[in-house]
This record gives sequence, structure tokens and C-alpha cells, in this order.
Amino acid sequence: MSQSQRLSQGGMIDRSKPISFAFDGRQYTGYQGDTLASALLANGVRLMGRSFKYHRPRGAIAAGSEEPNALVQLETGAYTEPNTRATCIELYDGLVAKSQNRWPSLEFDIGAVNSLVARFLPAGFYYKTFMWPASMWMTYEKFIRKAAGLGVSPVEDDPDVYHGTYAHCDVLVIGGGPAGISAATAAAGSGARVMLLDEGSEYGGALLGTSDNAAAKSYIDSALGALGQSENVRLLSRTTATGYYDYNYITALEKVTDHLGPGNGGDAPRQRFWKIRAKQVVIAAGSIERPLIFADNDRPGMMLANAVGVYINRYGVLPGNDVVVFTNNDSAYQVALDASAAGATVTVVDTRRNVSADLKSKLEQNNIRLFEGHAISSVQGGKGVESVRIMELSADGESLQGQAWEIVCTCVATSGGWTPSCHMFSQSGGKLKYEESIAGFIPDSSRAKNSCPNVSAGSCNGVFTTQECIAQGVEAGISAAGAAGRSGSVPSVDTFAVNEIPQGAIAPLWLVPTVHPVGEGKAKHFHDFQNDVTAADIHLAAREGFVSVEHLKRYTTTGMATDQGKTSNLNALAIMANIQGVSIPEVGTTTFRPPYTPLTLGAVGGQESRELFIQERKTPMHEHHVASGAVFEDVGDWKRPWYLPKEGEDMHAAVQRETLAVRESVGMLDASTLGKIDIQGKDAVKLLEMVYTNNWQKLAIGSCRYGLMLNEHGMIFDDGVTTRLGENHYHMTTTTGGAARVMNWLEEWLQTEWPEWEVYCTSVTEQWAVLAINGPKARDLLRDLTDIDVSKDAFPFMTMREGTVADVPARVYRISFTGELSYEINVPARYGKHLIEALTEAGKKYDLVPYGTETMHVLRAEKGFIIVGQDTDGTVTPHDMDMDWIVSKTKEEYLGNRAQARVDTRREKRPQLIGLLTEDPTVVLPEGAHIVAEVLDKPPMPTIGHVTSSYMSPNAGRSIALALLQDGINRKGETVSLSMMDGTVHKAKVTDTVFVDKEGVRVRG
Amino acid sequence: MFIINCPYCGDRDQTEFSCHGEAHIPRPTNTATMTDEEWGDYVFFRSNPKGYHRERWLHDHGCRRWFNALRHTVTDEFVATYKVQDPRPQIPGDGDQS
Amino acid sequence: MAGPSCRQSRYIDDFMKAYSLFSLARNAMSYHRNWQRAWRSPDPKSKYDVVIIGGGGHGLATAYYLATQCGINNVAVIEKGWLGGGNTGRNTTIVRSNYLLDASAGMYEHAMKLWEGLSQELNYNVMFSQRGLLHLAHSVHDMQEIGRRGNAIHLNGIDSEFLTPEQVKEMLPIINLNCRYPVMGGLLQKRGGTARHDAVAWGYARGADAAGVDIIQNCEVRGVRVESNTVVGVETSRGFIGAGKVGSVAAGHSSVIAEMAGFKMPLECYPLQALVSEPIKPIIDCVVMSNGIHVYVSQSDKGELVVGSGSDAYNSYSQRGSFDLIEHTVGPLCELFPLFSRLRMLRQWAGIVDVTVDRSPILSKTPVKNLYFNCGWGTGGFKATPGSGHAFAHSIAAGEMNEIAAPFSIDRFNSGALIDEGAAAAVAH
Repeated sequence: MSQSQRLSQGGMIDRSKPISFAFDGRQYTGYQGDTLASALLANGVRLMGRSFKYHRPRGAIAAGSEEPNALVQLETGAYTEPNTRATCIELYDGLVAKSQNRWPSLEFDIGAVNSLVARFLPAGFYYKTFMWPASMWMTYEKFIRKAAGLGVSPVEDDPDVYHGTYAHCDVLVIGGGPAGISAATAAAGSGARVMLLDEGSEYGGALLGTSDNAAAKSYIDSALGALGQSENVRLLSRTTATGYYDYNYITALEKVTDHLGPGNGGDAPRQRFWKIRAKQVVIAAGSIERPLIFADNDRPGMMLANAVGVYINRYGVLPGNDVVVFTNNDSAYQVALDASAAGATVTVVDTRRNVSADLKSKLEQNNIRLFEGHAISSVQGGKGVESVRIMELSADGESLQGQAWEIVCTCVATSGGWTPSCHMFSQSGGKLKYEESIAGFIPDSSRAKNSCPNVSAGSCNGVFTTQECIAQGVEAGISAAGAAGRSGSVPSVDTFAVNEIPQGAIAPLWLVPTVHPVGEGKAKHFHDFQNDVTAADIHLAAREGFVSVEHLKRYTTTGMATDQGKTSNLNALAIMANIQGVSIPEVGTTTFRPPYTPLTLGAVGGQESRELFIQERKTPMHEHHVASGAVFEDVGDWKRPWYLPKEGEDMHAAVQRETLAVRESVGMLDASTLGKIDIQGKDAVKLLEMVYTNNWQKLAIGSCRYGLMLNEHGMIFDDGVTTRLGENHYHMTTTTGGAARVMNWLEEWLQTEWPEWEVYCTSVTEQWAVLAINGPKARDLLRDLTDIDVSKDAFPFMTMREGTVADVPARVYRISFTGELSYEINVPARYGKHLIEALTEAGKKYDLVPYGTETMHVLRAEKGFIIVGQDTDGTVTPHDMDMDWIVSKTKEEYLGNRAQARVDTRREKRPQLIGLLTEDPTVVLPEGAHIVAEVLDKPPMPTIGHVTSSYMSPNAGRSIALALLQDGINRKGETVSLSMMDGTVHKAKVTDTVFVDKEGVRVRG
Repeated sequence: MFIINCPYCGDRDQTEFSCHGEAHIPRPTNTATMTDEEWGDYVFFRSNPKGYHRERWLHDHGCRRWFNALRHTVTDEFVATYKVQDPRPQIPGDGDQS
Repeated sequence: MAGPSCRQSRYIDDFMKAYSLFSLARNAMSYHRNWQRAWRSPDPKSKYDVVIIGGGGHGLATAYYLATQCGINNVAVIEKGWLGGGNTGRNTTIVRSNYLLDASAGMYEHAMKLWEGLSQELNYNVMFSQRGLLHLAHSVHDMQEIGRRGNAIHLNGIDSEFLTPEQVKEMLPIINLNCRYPVMGGLLQKRGGTARHDAVAWGYARGADAAGVDIIQNCEVRGVRVESNTVVGVETSRGFIGAGKVGSVAAGHSSVIAEMAGFKMPLECYPLQALVSEPIKPIIDCVVMSNGIHVYVSQSDKGELVVGSGSDAYNSYSQRGSFDLIEHTVGPLCELFPLFSRLRMLRQWAGIVDVTVDRSPILSKTPVKNLYFNCGWGTGGFKATPGSGHAFAHSIAAGEMNEIAAPFSIDRFNSGALIDEGAAAAVAH
């Protein structure tokens, strides 16, 4: 049955280009220009998927992105993509798709058993059961989870690439139907920079589905041709505006190469994500037809009337040879005429009794039967409609009466009227108003958000003839261009008319009366197809009090499927309104949340993953470390050498060796990542006085001082050494991770609190490469390379000297984070590599050993030097760190001063930093291990402190640890217990925090 | 996604900026004599209005200047931006220049 | 005030209408025509013993426990919109109690224990799924953090275990261990997981209603009437409602209520964003939280990936948020789980979170007598719902914050006794 439903002529497909594709393992042929859905329909395939809950057989009801049913698993392997709407998949050669949510096959789906017990599965049934026994829920849940979901995720990494891009324009036009095209033409003619987006592969919107599409096509081509030649216009087809955010920021997804098939895109990305800032927006998003809701209105073959028209006219496919058109408005009559012209036997069932003479005569001329005041009472056929029965509606429209007539048909085209697509307007922050005449919500332009200037035009604004849409489009285009400051001469914009019958006077019939009360017969009356939500579910929700629109939505899940209720929301609201006896706007509308259609995650975030996730920061010496075999540690965004193992060494062995070497000979550490801030200006010292806890007035030029910074909670947040370089010139260092934070801290205070102070801060972290050499032979090594007098008296501890090192200009700071004789050699960053190479060469004779951050940590812990962020945690004061010596008693004001005097901050027995020596010197306590007040058999056990730093110290010849312990300073000498996760208890003695060279001789050596 | 008018640079995308909370809360100069309550009020308690809010912004990825803005916290719309030392712009519909 | 025996009988009555497989089957026979309203829709009375402002999970839980455990049935819950319409219906449904500090552990473990019997207690399936919650560590600093927290949790008698990267991979075969900041380890709380957020509000509402609480929706509080520094009731869109005591559980609108009562709160409101993907078959079986990469993801029973984003750093009551946060959420998600790249985002939204400086909540007396506040839950309130309601109910009944609530007093912002999980551990809630 090759393309049995393909019409012999017509449509906008390219019959010279046949395309073969596979669905559920069967091969089919379609044509270039088809969608997967149109090609399947051409081949007589109506059954395309299964629904979420009841696994009911389903076919496509739409021809566009509003499709709720025909979701397929597109492609296989790494390219697979679940839940893809067959109505939006452009056919390409070799396409492979599978149906979803069924097992073992689409035709025979075990899950359909749910349909048999549907009576026990009303909305929210799961809230009422699966509770006993309590322990079984996790088992129930496993089955529920397996039954839920739709398609399957890929299990391989995405082979595609995505691009993100920004654009700016005067006027953004969303939607390339007649209104959008006209708006773009008018705006461009006024001199505006215009962008025109359309989600389809072709511009034209509803015009593409009209019977005189040849004329329509020539109108579209001519308009687009003119726009395409305009330099100030950018046309983006296959591009869906997905979100509308504050200040006219619109996101859009362009499907760049999806239509070519996997791997066929060449160098182009799969999709491109646009972030557009528009001065003005014209929303011309069109409208979406609603289905009528009647018994078993979900059988494959049931379609929106306009979709039937689109399949016939655009794709040359007749969805059924016997068509029943079921409508409550005029627009579906055109579909009846089109289907008839395509050779179908057509019957029109209209719920109204006042069909115009004009329409009647049109039907008569085409031998189309008309039943006025009738409705479909039942549908026969499971996996595809076979016939419908119709009955007369009572005069009040509340019930069915009389005899049922059976009409054989394979396609039912239903129209319950048109819903303007207000998604974009609503997302922009605008409010909607209910328009009785069209039975739908439209934008209330008087309630648009000021920061989102836009205008709606065309059927999304509630007008339904092509000529009206064009007229509104032109007006919108001119006004938007004008508002964007472009009001050149406006060209005349062509108008155009097609064979169409607009919606006209609509007689809303939100729920077709039923033979049995809803929910009581075997039939189901679906409004949300994908999530299987029926009118009976709305009744149940109302009965149980879930009457607010959000409760309705959440309790029944209506509108929450992948189509987000495009065809269902208004019907659901209206049914609830009827039950409640209130008007539709009194029930309200749910919020239209972005995105308009589901948005590929890779397109949104793809550029921020893999190598572009967060840039790795590398020091100027990085290459040298790599060559030295360093293992790197991530410190913030930096890559720092963690340790440098020799052949056969593990981390422990390497660190022990490095640590010993520093205290025995000399070691070197790349310290370039430390934050560095150049501070100048006559008030520089005032700034230091405010941000540090200690005094800075008397620091001599060329001298260095350690400082602690507190936040206004009185807690330590950074530390470092600052050096006075000149009269009003300082060089501040910060922790690696705190560099940006400190810079912002200084600037914030300077700019907002003390703007009159003359101080200039410049981040120079990346301007200097820094190599710290530590150890008893550091001076000898430095002497070999510098013109600076490095003798003990000429270059004492805590001073800085300028000169050359290894023939390049350098500032050398004699400061120490190891307790050893130490110099931090700073050279301009471009000499960093040169410096480390020169040091490495010169250091050979002194047994120079490069070391990493882990050894740095051991060395500093041996001396009890804290690491902010490891030994402190944002809740620790200088007093807690036993660092009262650094807090000025004389300064009146500095940041964090007052907070230290609060009741809790000055309370006794706060956790304080102490040293711990385990009874067993070989035991290295895990960092994070807790000290308990008493050892109990099992938790809970009250804790009184925790280990912040813990290492095996080769220089102390045993394990050492630093810990925060309640009242720790007064507990020195006591023995405490630490309880491990596995129940082991370690005992340790509380000591001071210096484990090596307690007198501090070496650093001054 | 706002457009923010930096008083130094002009209109820029929100991603260039960061917000730093309520403006016009000067650091007390008499901290030694303040009670814990007064200090707590300065550090922690904020007006957090549902309506117009004067707040501090930093043009991080731009001129790196702090400035103030008057913005509505329900519509998220900016009424004005102004330099730290500038007079406070008036709240719409409010005669009081507070 | 109704006595315990009175409560008891009402409750038994209600059990006749209880939800079960049998009642479902019985009601199916009558085409579900006979289900009762889950809760009544009464007109407000002129006065209640206690008025709770805010019909979210915390407020409804408070009312439920007041009526069922504290002997106070004459209670109204006043909600300006629809029940559960604030953060209860907008969060990413994560439940855990793996907190570092004793005060936090006390509150969240109290909640966890209540969660563990909540469906049965409420006769409403809140789908509490203890599928396990895994925190990932991506740096030495992260490892130190989970080391400290894991030990603290363990010693507080709460379940906690460390995982190696290999064990992480076993739990999450689809994870990219070697991402920008490679996974170095994990901290697992097996009892952690998710629950169905709406059901929590509805279950508590139904239970509270059955115990006599009046739930009044679409009723906005417009003023707090205070006489002699004592609260006497609230002005609402449906008139004045007198109250012996008032508990404000208004989350994002707590500052507004405080202003009505004449004081300020140490709170600021920010938009907090989240998103879900389209539903897919099960692909991820536990809750994953990575502070290092900024990924917070689980999969709902329906199949959607539920992804927590961040909070925008500006004050706002708009429930909108800025799109760049969504980008900075999706990027890391695809970094940690590269195969998610082809999946699609279905829906994004925002809530208003009320945040304190220490990111811990406030359960407290206020400067106004008989007016109590429960707020400041920031980005992490959902998991605490039962514990928060329980502690707050008992505290309101007693007129003093109980042992679990006491550390969360507003006084801590003056004394400095903050409960700063964030500062202590750099953990996002």
C-alpha cells in the first residue's frame, strides 16, 4: 500500500524526490517536503503512538507543533531523540523512527491493560492508594516509574554541536504567516532593522494549508523575495521563538541541520540558540484550533479540521477517504470543501442550527451532507476510527436525543474554534482578556509590560481572515518601527485573499453532551490527549474541590504534557467553568511558561560544557610543571601542581619526600595564583586600616606585614601579606580563591562608603609570576641569580627588595608560609617560564626540589599557619583562631570590629583552633573527623569539635592535626576522643598549633 | 533579562552586572557605642519592599563602578539609575524625596 | 477549646471516608460520583484561637498539628491565592536531612522522621521516595567539606556514607566523572529523596480540615491589627478576622506581613528558578547534588528531569527571574551528564524565596505579642515541611519556641549566634 492516501496531484511536496524512511521497522516512501506525519498518513498509517496513562492508540491530530499524540523516538544510538513530534520532523532520506511508550509493539501494547481498568484510575488515584504496607511504596514506585516516561534518553554522549548567538534589532517579528510577513515588510520599509522568525521550514503560516496554495505561494515568494533582498532584514525559518523575557529579550531555537538527518550537517551546528534583544516586537504567532470533546474523541483518524486541510493542500495527502467534519463554527467548512475536492466522501455535522444559506449551498453544490444541530455520540474502531454515530442535540444543547445515525468514516475533522496563541504576549508579562465573540483569550494591549513593548497582530490577536491579518500586520509593523525610532516612508504592502471561511459566529460547545453522564459509560472524553485527561477527570477535580485553575491542572495533570496544553487548556477551563457555573475568565488562565515548544538542552547549555565549561586558568609556569610530571589540583579555576611524583612514587611518598627536602635543602613552589592587588593613592593606608584588623600606619617602605580581613559579621574571610612599596603605594596579596572577592570588597567600600578617598586598586594577579623558594639553602640559591644583596642584615625577614633575578626584573619578598628561610620571587608574568627554568638549573647544586600544594599544606600545618577556608569556615573570629595578637586594641574603627563584641561572638567556649597529637603517632586523623564529648556505643554522640587539617609530618616524625575545639585554648594538655564513621575511636592530646621549630628560628635564619 | 542603564556606560545587558542589595545604608561611625540590636539592624535587617526598591548594582564586566538604582520589585522595571553621590530620584507617584 | 476526645471522634468519622485501594474500587463502582471534597470551603468566622497566614505546606502542616496534636481546633488558614501555590508548588521536591550543624540536623531530621510516616498519617500518598541523595565532591576542598559534614551527620545519628568515584559511577552509570572538576567522591544519604510537592499541601489540608481547621482560600491579608503591642487579628479581603494568636507562614511575603505589623525582618526575597525536561523512561535513580559544578537534578515519577537552578541576586517578587541562570544551569547539567544534551527542556518557572543572611529559617516570637513568624526557608524549605509545621504548632500552642525551633529565633541576628550552614560548609541548600 505504497502511499495509498497520496493524492495524484497538488500539494507543495516535490514528487520528483522520493524519500525512503522507516517507522517501527517498516520501510515507507514519502517525498521531499513531507513531514514524518504526512508521509505516514500518505502511506495509510494512522496509528503513530500510545498515550501516557492508558496507552490508548493514537494518531496525529495536528499538522504543527501543537501535536500531542504523534511523538516518536527519532533515530537510534547517539543520535536518538525521544518525544519528537512527527508533525514537525521534516522527512529526510534514511530517517528511522520508532513509536514510544508501548511494549512489545505499537499494535499490541501490554500497557493498554490500563485502559481496561481505567475506571479505577481516575485523576489523582495515586494519591489515594499505594500506601500500604508503607514499606512497599518504593516497589510500587519502581513500577510506576517504568510505566511512566515516554521515550528513552540516549545513553551515549551527544555527537552534535550547538551554537549560541546574540542578535539585536529594531523590530522582531515572531511568526511568518500573512500577519508576520506584512509586519516585517512594513517595518523594513520604514527603515527598521527587522528579524522575522518562523518555526516552519516554509514561510506562510496558515496560507500553506489553503486550497489555492499556488497563488498563496507566489504571494509568499514575492513578499519574501523582497524581504530577502533588504539589507536590514534577517530571515530565520525553522526558528521557534521559545521564550519572551524582560526588556524584550527573546530566545529562539533555530534547527539548522536537523532536516538533513544525523551527521549530514557538515560543519554547521545541529541547532543554533538565538538570544535576541529587540526594541519592539510584533507577535504574529497565529492561532491553534481546538478539538471538540466527545466520546472517544481520541481514536486515530480524529484530527483537527485545519490539519486535515493542511495534509490535503500542503502535502497532497488525504487523511481518509470518508471524512466527517464535526464543528461548531464556520472555519471547518472550507476543510469539508477541500476534502470533497480531493475526492473524499464528506459529511458535515454541525452543532449549530443556524448554518448560513451560503455555506449550505456550497455544501450542496459539492454533494456534502449536512447535519445541523447534531453531534457525534460515539466512535467505533480501536486503532483507528471506523465509523461514528451522531445524534441530535436538544434545543438547549445540554443533551442528545433521538435516533443515532451511523456514518462510516476513517477521518473525523473536528473544530471547536480557534485559540489565539498568546504565549509570547503572556510570557512578556502582559495580561489577557476574554473575548466572547471568538470564545477565547486575546492580548489586552493596555496591560502589556512597559519594559516589553510589543504589539500582537493577526489571528493571535483574534482576527481570522487573511486580509484582516495582513492589515493588522502592516499596522503593527509601521507602529513598531515608529516606536523603535524608524519612521521612514512606508511602502505600500501587498494584500492578498484566499479561499477561506473564517470562524465566524462561534457557538461554543465545550463538552459535547453524552449518552451516559461523563465518566459513567465506557467512552472517554479527552481534552488533554497526551496525558489522558478527560472531562470526567475535571468533574472529579471539581467534586473534590480542586477548582482553582492551578489545582485543576496539577490534580489532573491537564496541560502539563509535552504540548503544554496548546490544544487542551481552554477546553479544560471552559468545562470547569460550566461545572462551577461561572464564566471562563473567572476560572482564570494558567501561566504560559517558557519555552513555547520543548527546547534542546544542548542548544541552551551546549556551549558551556566540555572544554568551554569554565576556562582552566594556568600560570605562566604551567608548561614546566607538566614537563616535570606534576599532578594537578583544581583550586578555584586554577590548575596548580598538587605534588610532583618521581618514578614509582605515590602521592604519600612524593609529599613526604618534598616536605623533608624543603626543610633540609630548598624547595620551590609556584605561587603565581595568589591574589595580588596594587593599591595606590594618598589614602591607601586608610583603606588598609579599615580592611585589616591590625595597624598599618607605621609600616616602613619596603616592609611587609601579615593581615587578616573580617567581614561585618566579625568573621575571618581572607588573609595575606601586604607590602609598602612607596609613600602611597602598597602591594596586597590574598588567598588564591579569595582574590576576586577581596578586590570587590575593597572597591565596594571605596566606591560606596568612602568615595572621597583617593585610592586606586588594580588587580595584578596575572601580571606577576611568583616562585617561592623555601629552605635553609634558599639564600644561597637566590644569591647565585640576583644582584640584590641577600645577606641577612641587608635583606631581613618581612622586607621586600627590587633588583634582577636570573637577569630579569624582580621584586623579591622575604616572607614565609613554611617557617623556613624563604623568598617569594615575583617577576613580570612573561618571564615566569624563564624564571622557573633558571631556578631549576641553578638549583641543581642545592638539591632544589619542586613541590606542590599538598606539601605546602603540610609545611604550613607543621608551623600552625592557618588556611582561610580550611581551618576557618566563615564562622570563626581571630580570637577563635588564637590570633588576638593581630587585632588592634587601639584602632577605633575597622570592618568587623563591632561584630566581635556581640553576645555570641564574645561568648566563652566557642570552638578554638588547637593542635592534636594522636596517641598513636602513625594515625593520620581524617580531616572532618569529630571530637566527641563522650564516647557512646553508637550515635548520636554530642560533638565538641572537628579536625580541620591533618597530615603525616615527616619533620615532626609523626602525624599532626589542627582542630577547632570548644574552649580549646583552655584544654591544652587534655586528651580527647574522636569517633570515626566505622566506630573506631582515636584518642589525641590537645596541644598548641606549632609542631616544628616552635621558637621560629629558621624563618629568620 | 534586564537592560540596565549604567550611569557611566549607558544601556548594557544585565549579564554585565551584579546586584548588591539595598542602597543607602551607611556604615555607622559610632560602632563602639552601638547596642547589639542596633548593630544587628545595620547588618541584617532590610526593608525588602514589595514595590520600589533602591539598590546597589555593580557593573562587573564593564566599568566596575558601583551605582544605585530605583527599581520596582514586582514588575522588575527600573525607574532610574544614578551615581552613588547623586541625589535620590523620586519614587513615581510619591511627592516625598525620601 | 475542643478536648482530645472530641478530636478523636471527628478523626474516626473521617476515616470512614479514608482513601484506600478499597475505597477507590468502591467509588469506581459509583463512577467516582461520591468522593467528598478534599477540604471544605468555609466562610471565615469572626474569630479563631489561631490564625495561620499562608496556605503553603508549612502553614497547612502547622494547622494540622495544632488541631491534631495540640488540642487547638479553632484554627483558620488564610491563603491569598490557592493552597500550595507558592514555593510548595514550585520547588524541586528534594528531601534530605544531611546537615552539618546540630540545630539544622535537629530540624531536618525531625522532619525526615515525620516524612517517613507521612502518607500513612495523612492517609494521602505524598509519594515520599527514599531513593537516596548523593552529594558530589569535585575538589580537595569539597572532600574536606563532605568529610566534615559526613562525620557530623553520622554522629547526630543520621545516616551518611562516603562513596568513592567508582561507587558514584555504579549508582549513576551515565555520569561523566571526568568533568571539568573531576568527581573525587560522594556523600550519600540513603534516606534522602523526593516527594510529590502538591500532595503534601493537599494531604495536610485534607487532614487539617478533617480535624476542624477552616481553610480559606482567595483571602488576602491586608493588615495585621495590633492593640497594646498584642496581635488581635488580621484585616483581610474578606473582612476582619479576630485571632488569639497569629502565625505568619507567608514565605516570600513575610516582609510584607512584618511591615503590616510594624517591624522589619532580616529577610530578602529573590527569584529562585527551576526547570523540567520532557518525560523519559527512568535514567537516573537518585537525587544528585553537585555544589562544585552546580547541578541539582532528580527524575520525577512521571519521568521528567527536575532541575534546580539558582536564585537571581536581586530582590524581586515577580516570580520571573533572568534567563542567564537557566543557561548556567543547563550547561553544567550537560557537563556532568553529557547525554542529556539531546533531551529537551519542557518548562521553566520561578518562585520567590525569602532568604536570611545565614540561610537558615526563622521560627520565632516577634516584637508583637502572640504574633509568631515562620519564614526564611530560602531555597530549602520543602524538605522541612512536616518538621517546621510540627515544631511551629507546638511552639505557638505553648507560647514559647520549643527545643527544635528555639535556635532559629530572630534574636540570633543580634547576638550573632547564626546557624550558617553556607559559611560553615559552602553548601547550597
